[in-house]
Amino acid sequence: MKSDRSHLDWLESEAIYILREVAGEAANPVLFFSGGKDSIVLLRLAEKAFRPGRFPFPLMHIDTGHNFDEVIGFRDARAAELGERLIVRTVEDSIARGTVRLRSADESRNAAQSVTLLEAIAEFGFDAAIGGARRDEEKARAKERVFSFRDEFGQWDPKNQRPELWDLYNARVHKGEHVRVFPISNWTELDIWQYIGREKLEVPSIYYAHRRQVMRRNGYLFAPKPGEQGEELSVRFRTVGDISCTCPVESDAGDVQAIIAETVSSTLTERGATRMDDQTSDASMERRKKEGYF
Amino acid sequence: MSLLGEIERNHADLGDGRNTRGVLRFITCGSVDDGKSTLIGRLLHDSRTILQDQLAAVTRASSKRGSGELDLSLLTDGLEAEREQGITIDVAYRYFATGRRKFIIADTPGHEQYTRNMVTGASTADAAVVLLDATKGLLPQSRRHLLIAHLLGIRNVIVAVNKLDLAGYGREVYAALRASFENFAAPLEIPNLLFIPMSALRGDMVVERGANLGWYQGPTLLEALEAIDVESTDSSLPFRFPVQYVARGQVRSYMGRVAAGTVQTGAEVIVLPSGRRTRVKGISVLGDSLGSALAGDSVALQLEDEVDVSRGDMIVDAHRLPRPVKAFTAKLCWLASEPLAPRGRYLLRHTTRTVKARFAAINYRIDVQTLEQRPLEGEVRMNDIVHAALAVQQPVFVDPYAMDRATGAFILIDEATNQTVAAGMIE
Repeated sequence: MKSDRSHLDWLESEAIYILREVAGEAANPVLFFSGGKDSIVLLRLAEKAFRPGRFPFPLMHIDTGHNFDEVIGFRDARAAELGERLIVRTVEDSIARGTVRLRSADESRNAAQSVTLLEAIAEFGFDAAIGGARRDEEKARAKERVFSFRDEFGQWDPKNQRPELWDLYNARVHKGEHVRVFPISNWTELDIWQYIGREKLEVPSIYYAHRRQVMRRNGYLFAPKPGEQGEELSVRFRTVGDISCTCPVESDAGDVQAIIAETVSSTLTERGATRMDDQTSDASMERRKKEGYF
Repeated sequence: MSLLGEIERNHADLGDGRNTRGVLRFITCGSVDDGKSTLIGRLLHDSRTILQDQLAAVTRASSKRGSGELDLSLLTDGLEAEREQGITIDVAYRYFATGRRKFIIADTPGHEQYTRNMVTGASTADAAVVLLDATKGLLPQSRRHLLIAHLLGIRNVIVAVNKLDLAGYGREVYAALRASFENFAAPLEIPNLLFIPMSALRGDMVVERGANLGWYQGPTLLEALEAIDVESTDSSLPFRFPVQYVARGQVRSYMGRVAAGTVQTGAEVIVLPSGRRTRVKGISVLGDSLGSALAGDSVALQLEDEVDVSRGDMIVDAHRLPRPVKAFTAKLCWLASEPLAPRGRYLLRHTTRTVKARFAAINYRIDVQTLEQRPLEGEVRMNDIVHAALAVQQPVFVDPYAMDRATGAFILIDEATNQTVAAGMIE
């Protein structure tokens, strides 16, 4: 039989297999859903893996309190549409508990997110947490396993990772430990958009070109601070993380096909174009990941 | 039109992700000295995968290190420790695509003390690119790389005879190296063994043909990688469907991925271990009924009869069964820093089935330089490859690894630490 399977079919089948392995091996898994494009793809894959049944895990979002309204609105609507349980834990709660202390109110809460995330994993006793991270995003992630072990402190030890051979994943943990599972490890930004196009998935409106007031600084576009005079440009977001460190890019791409064309011809990586927190040093992602970051 | 131009054009056609040959996973075997990082850098660069900000970061890091030249290994060495020591320690996965195919590179370290990392990368690879340095001839390291690729069942091997720019692009140098390598590889009977002369540094025969190797008529590396056929071998094998998860709705569905072969609605199957014979009533994904599924497809199967099936069971071709075994022999690569405990308690993970296992005998060590048997002396340590006999508490349903990787492979997990300690290939 001659196969006509495309690379998207291959990636989809692999991701479904990984999701079912989590369901088969973990006692109490959870899936991180932020309303961003990668986790939107994860939910579609979970539908293909488990429908007509319910998902064998709840959805969870760690809200920094600095998210885009469009994304939070999308998150709630999508979870309701699927009829799946959505747990939300906020960095604000950790601040109130005193486990997170920020130097200033508008500081990026991306790192603080790790604390809240680990608190939530402990609160529910999750032993597997499924996320939408991709290896092509960052070079520390290129070395991450599909099933990535976290010790009782939630730490990642890149030099002591479990070997991962064939498709024989090891999800075994002791009490208090957990694994992070990345079903779309092998996807690139282009694959994600091609899949969104093929499956006709809805994404928050800010992924598409829209007019927005912005300031240019160091080659990035920022929201103007109070009192600053910005300019109005046609922009879109390639990634929709914490508002304070996520920048839009200039774009006229109003639909998925235009975004695919733009992704193919882009001269900057997704994080390079948009994320301030990854530019501080060569190893900033690796260091944050060791502390429990996604 | 140049190949590079064609890649750009094909990229533009990628739109809906159709018209491609799917995915090819390959491993690159060699060290920085063989020009491996340069080769990967060349593939990524000429296929337009390296982007400006990545190149800028590498330029910054190269100058910080004081090396005048652009060090493309900085692109692939992702961990702080690797950059500090200037070596690849762990497997890194890299991605690039042309209009015809998506490629996943497992970039693995070349040194012998990281054999286990190469074994890891090779376990999922359809093809291996073995690098030879044309100025150095056939080194023991290259022999080891070929043997490990062979041991892990890789059927497509491309030997990249690199650095020909330093050998005057001489046809004789290439021919001599090729002959000695072919001689060494002959007993392994590798189904698809291909040689390509190249200079990764100058970009000859990697993506573009270049102007210096006019005497060579074969494909470039990228053309060769695009042409490799991986599907037909997997699909011609007997049907194997390890059950991952059982959905107990109105219709009982058995979820899993076809590990080998193909299945059609109405096909006669046997469920193991119960041995019950039945037929496939339906094959579906998200409400869509499919007439058939083939190796690699994640689907849900419905069966004609009510059969008791749970995770770890296997639905198989009723006429070509796997071997149910409670004792078997295998080649084993030891992965853990703690040595093998001959009387230790291990869990054996085979397909979706996990059973208790112990060693019945450890027979001999395998020399990865020659594949010869060596007597066991002392403990079995990390990176050692041995031949062993194992016994398991419950039967597993196996095929020889050389025939079917999916049902011939297993890992061992230390019951106390939960560490993955060994990778095994059943005979």
